[in-house]
Amino acid sequence: MDFASSERAGAQPKEITSAKIVVAGGFGVGKTTLVGAVSEIEPLTTEAVMTSAGQGIDDASKVPGKETTTVAMDFGRITMADDLILYLFGTPGQTRFWFMWDELIRGAVGAAVLVDTRRISDAFAPLDYFENRHLPYLVALNCFDGAPRYEPEEIREALAIAPHVPLIMCDARQRDSVKQVLVGVVEHAMRTLVAEQERGFPTPVG
Amino acid sequence: MGQPYDPRGNLVRPYAVTRGRTEPRRDIPIEAVLTASQAAVQEARFAGHDKYRIAVLCEPRAQSLAEIAAYSRLPLGVARVLVADMVADGMLELHSAAPKEGFTERMDLLERVLSGLRKL
Repeated sequence: MDFASSERAGAQPKEITSAKIVVAGGFGVGKTTLVGAVSEIEPLTTEAVMTSAGQGIDDASKVPGKETTTVAMDFGRITMADDLILYLFGTPGQTRFWFMWDELIRGAVGAAVLVDTRRISDAFAPLDYFENRHLPYLVALNCFDGAPRYEPEEIREALAIAPHVPLIMCDARQRDSVKQVLVGVVEHAMRTLVAEQERGFPTPVG
Repeated sequence: MGQPYDPRGNLVRPYAVTRGRTEPRRDIPIEAVLTASQAAVQEARFAGHDKYRIAVLCEPRAQSLAEIAAYSRLPLGVARVLVADMVADGMLELHSAAPKEGFTERMDLLERVLSGLRKL
């Protein structure tokens, strides 16, 4: 039997590039809704199994007696061309799964931190996380029906969002609105890349 | 199949399909996509149920590691071990994730993603 691995079906292009944008935020803030508004597939869930000891231990057999925990991440897909696919990954809502965020943001184009204006304090932990990472991100205020409306600058002050971080309003249910959030993430990533090129040293991704 | 019996497979139930191995042969990003040729699908028939199902999934359309895990109902770590094996055995072709270095390469990708989003 001779199965050459170079034998291709022909229907698929030779090299396909995939990129990802991370959608972060507290539990129930609308991350999966946002992903679903633009994804060509119903958002899927992938699960990672962790021991309760969590970080740094990937072999549960070495810690007998530890319970395993399942961390779920929702994601969607946008096929942009036959050789380019964009994936949108929602972070696990519970902040104790931050070690999964590290894997999610590695190699990402950028991130959007989704904020529910009714529960602003839920955004502190996700924002803290991104402040300490070299990944371009913006803050998207998800305006739910009946949610208190603030001026963007009030929110920026309340959350102590740095001046260079874009802040935009959105409706996570609306395709066009979500599209603008994602366009904003990519434009911010481009500005960041140009700025670091001009400074003469690259910022590592992730 | 040809691999020595690994008793850890009994202890770590989610990893039973990998015979207890939790370390993939190579690291595969969660968003990296994989494709399978028709010949590879035929070959995978003899590689066990999970690997065959993965090859069938990746034949008509490129699928990311995350999609493979979700559609196969396997935990991400388990899917990564199986997929890495299949790449090493020539049953799957691993495509590149976004470039991490090089101004031009990164900017080209961002421009393509931006234009793709605007066309949505």
